[in-house]
This record gives sequence, C-alpha cells and structure tokens, in this order.
Amino acid sequence: MSRTAAAWALHLVVIGILFLLQFVLPEYHHGVLARVMVLAVFAMGYNLLFGYVGLLSLGHAMFFAAGLYGAGLTVEHFGFGMVPAFGAGLAAGAVSGLVIGLLALRTTGVAFMIVTMMFAQVTYLAILYCAEWTRGDDGFVLAQPLRSVNLAGLQLDLTNPATRYFAALALFAVTLLVTLAVVRSSFGRVLVAIRENEERARMLGYDAFANKLVAVVVSATICAAAGAAYALLFGYVGASFASVQYSILPLLWVLLGGAATVLGPFLGTLFMYYVVDVTSGFTSAYLFIVGLALILLVLFFPAGVLGTIRARWLRWLP
Amino acid sequence: MSFGPHLFLAVLEGLVTSAVLALTALGLSLVFGVMRVVNVAHGEFFMLGAVSAWFISTALGGHPAIGFVAALIISPLLVGALALLSERLVLRRLNYNPEATIVATIGMLYIIQQAALTFYGPEARPVEPPFNLRVLFPWFGYSGYKLSIIVASILLMLGTWFVLTRTRIGLIMRATQFDSETAQAFGIPVDRVYAGVFALGAMLAAIAAVLIVPIQQAHYLMGLDPLLMSFIVVIIGGLGSLRGTVVAAVLVGLSDGIISVFFSPTLAKMLATLLVAMVLVFRPQGLFGERQR
Repeated sequence: MSRTAAAWALHLVVIGILFLLQFVLPEYHHGVLARVMVLAVFAMGYNLLFGYVGLLSLGHAMFFAAGLYGAGLTVEHFGFGMVPAFGAGLAAGAVSGLVIGLLALRTTGVAFMIVTMMFAQVTYLAILYCAEWTRGDDGFVLAQPLRSVNLAGLQLDLTNPATRYFAALALFAVTLLVTLAVVRSSFGRVLVAIRENEERARMLGYDAFANKLVAVVVSATICAAAGAAYALLFGYVGASFASVQYSILPLLWVLLGGAATVLGPFLGTLFMYYVVDVTSGFTSAYLFIVGLALILLVLFFPAGVLGTIRARWLRWLP
Repeated sequence: MSFGPHLFLAVLEGLVTSAVLALTALGLSLVFGVMRVVNVAHGEFFMLGAVSAWFISTALGGHPAIGFVAALIISPLLVGALALLSERLVLRRLNYNPEATIVATIGMLYIIQQAALTFYGPEARPVEPPFNLRVLFPWFGYSGYKLSIIVASILLMLGTWFVLTRTRIGLIMRATQFDSETAQAFGIPVDRVYAGVFALGAMLAAIAAVLIVPIQQAHYLMGLDPLLMSFIVVIIGGLGSLRGTVVAAVLVGLSDGIISVFFSPTLAKMLATLLVAMVLVFRPQGLFGERQR
C-alpha cells in the first residue's frame, strides 16, 4: 500500500470507529465524545496555523467566538434557521480571520503572539461591553424549539443526543479530511517550507505573506465552524469562550497530541478532556493539571504523542 | 462637581494607575529585553505579591503600618525566590527558546493561579493602608495613601535607573542584553545574570502589587489585567527602554483613568488594547525603541 493510501485509510478507519462507537457508548461518554469532536475541530483549526505554519497565536478564542456569536446572535436576534446561522458563523470567522491576518501578519515571532492575544482581548471586552446584545459574562441559551434543521424534508432535532452526535461527527469528519487534503497539497507543502525557513521559501518565489494569510483565514474559518457548531449543538453562548484561557486550551491539546500531525489535535483534545473530567471528580485543581501538563510537555515531550510515534515508527504519518 | 475638578480627579486616578503600571511593566521589560523571554506568568507574580501581602498583614496584626511594611519587604523576596526557582527548573532547561518559554510560562500562570485559588480562596480581600490621611484640595479630599504610591513609584524608578546606568551590576546586565555570547566570552556569568534578572522582574511586579493592594483588593484572578497592560506599556515604550516604559505607563495610565472616569472602564481597556495592537502592527519597534538588529 502506498503511503498516500495508508494515510487516507487510517483516517477513514478513525472516522469509521467514531461512527460505530455511538451505538455502544454509555450515555455519558456518548455526550462527552460529541463535545470532544466539536472541540477537536477547534484544535485542528489551531494546528493548521501553529503546527504547519509555525505561527504561535494566543488569540484563537476570538475566531471560536466569532463562530459562536455569529451563529448564536443571528438565531437569537434575527430568527435565523440552523443552516443560515451556521453559515453566518463561518462568514464571521472568515472575515475576522482576514482582517486580523492582514494586521497581525505584519509582525513576526513573539510580536505575533502578543498582537493576536490583544485582538482577542479586545474581542472579549467588546462582548462584555455590548452586554445588551450578548448578555456579557452570563451569556444566553438558545431555545430548544429553534434548534432543529429541515434537510430535504427530514426534520433533525439538534437537541436529540443521537442527532447531535451525528452532526458533530459529520463536522469532525469533513474537517479531518479537509485538513488531510490541505496539508498534503502543494499549498500545505509551501506552508511547511515557510515554517522551516521563510527566507528561503521567499527566494524560491513563493509569496510568504499571501500563503500565510490564506492559512490564517482557513484556520479561522475552521475554528469558527467549531464555535458555530458548539452554539447550535449545545445551545449555550457566553463570553467565557472568548477569554484568554480559551485561546490557550487548543494550544495545549495540539501540543499533547502532536503539532503538525492531522490526528494529533483530536487525540490531545480527547485525552485532556478526560484528564480534566476525571481529576475534577475528586479535586477542583484542574488548572494545576493544565499548567503542569504544559510545562512537562514542553520540557520532556515537545513532539507530542503522534509526533513521537511518527519520529520513531510511522514515518508516513501525515 | 464641574468639569475641571472632575478632570483633575481623573488625572490623579490615572497617575496612580501609571505609577503601579510603570513598576510592573518595568519588570516585564527587563526580562523581555535582557533574556528575550516573554513572561506570560508576570501577572501571576503580581497577584502573588498582593495575596502574600494579605497573608503577612493578617498574620502580624497590630497597627496596619507594621503589616504593610513587613509585606513590602517579605512579599517581593518570596516572589523573587519562587521566580528564581522556576527559572532554574524550567526556563534554563529550555535554553530560553522564545516559543517554548512562552508555553512554559503559560503553564506557570495556571499553576500559580490554582495554588492561589486552593490556599487563598476565591474571595477578594482588602489590606488596610498603612496610614489614613486625606489631602484636602479646594474641591474634594483625596487619599493621601494614593499620592504616596506615586511618590514611592518615582523613587523606585529612580533607583532602578541608577542601578542600570551607574553601577557595575547594571553594566553587566546591559552587556548581556546587548550581546549575550560576547558577554559570556568576556567572563560574564550569563546564566546567573538571567536568573537574577528574572527574579528582579518578578520582584518589581510584587512590589507594585503590595503598593496597590490597600486600594484594590487581593484576588486570585487579578493578574491578567496588569499583564495585558504591561504588554501594552512595554510595546508602546519600546523594548528595554526605561524612559519609554515610564512615558508609556503615564500615557496609558492617564488615558485609562480619564476614559474610565468619563465613560466606562471596559471601553478604556478596549481602546488601550486596540491602540497598542495597532502600534505593534505599524511600528513594531515601539515609540522609543530602536529597530531590532
């Protein structure tokens, strides 16, 4: 089997396993997995920029929030249906990605991190400031009757756990395959070249700025898709999703799973979600776990789980 | 109250903010300038300073001034020791790689925050000011303690300026900042300088926090705002420029005070943050900094 075929087969098998799992999982883990798949989409969007382009952003919560509020506010205030609302979330993410990308990409390295963090903080403060519309920190809950889709005569109720799992899986599968296609395409190769040596990539004739800008927009749109799906599937929209902490979580998930691997973000999200879930059962000190995990990862395990596996055994892993 | 006195009050409030901000930002700027490390945990060192000040002043009791002075001495030492420890255990092992240290200091941020939540609790607690004095202006009375913060900050800034430009320690620090490899070749113990600078930066944040804790209660989440504001100041002022840091702190503090008094604190923070992001985008070397080599 060629390496390309092996890579595609592996990812399709993962999607297949996730599809079958919904029939055997107990109710609680069924719900958790749906949530993890949506958050893993967020992590995959983050990984596209952090892993493949090497741009450390601390502002991705604003793209997640763009999707969350793009979808949530249009449902709440304009009575959008689920599909147009999801589209509004995607559009909000793409536009904010374009604007932030145009501004932030003028800087490099540490300055990029600080600028993205600041734009994200402005977004967070703006959400608090417009409390009349967004209800600030408290957020708002989307009414249950609003959250159903009519697809070709089929009425799908997103508050039903089975439908919700299926919708989350669909989004996850699409994002996973799109990411795989993107990083294996020539565009993905250019991004890696820019990460490794931007000067050389430029001398080879590639427009580094334009390529990075496209990467930011794609990454922002994927993150916004996760945000929009979160609002529509779980029905809650609140400012805490735009806080600095929500920018740091995808970084943690990606580092744990392995930056610049396609499946790494999902593994990291899944593992970290359960670590926090289990530890919060007998202690409230989950921030301690998050902090310790970040330090230990960066000290002793910088390639993450899949990165290490790839370096040791499976060279073909995308 | 008419417009003039109202503006005067806003300026005073702004100057108090500036004074504390200048000290905090100076710590961040030193670490950033000398070690090229972005210390995301800087705000948590600030918070630790405030929280330990509450513990110290509560444990001592008696006249508030006793607890306050003890906190002013002990808190920075405690925080400095912790910073030294984390520098040895973590940052040095990462060879001060910029991205790895960012991730590691984010980790520290969470650990310190959790420790404060566990041992101190989620409440905001006040520390009594060392003295209660009202300075009477023709239109209103103003807290004498707040005015003394401004004086203390000016004295500390002058002290730092003196150490940096007139002493051997300052010379060694500037040499390390300018070119650490050459400094190493000339026998300067660069890793000890780094450890010292990191501890010093944290201590400056802790001092700033002890100064502010009588007017702003100690809370385990109080670190984020000073961190972001310090980023703002360091960027506007330019890396490693003491003069820039002071001017930027005054600018940011004043605008924060004035917009907060006349409009809303959230709007003030939003405008300041947006302004700085724009400065960083269009003038990456800052207002007073030199273009990086």
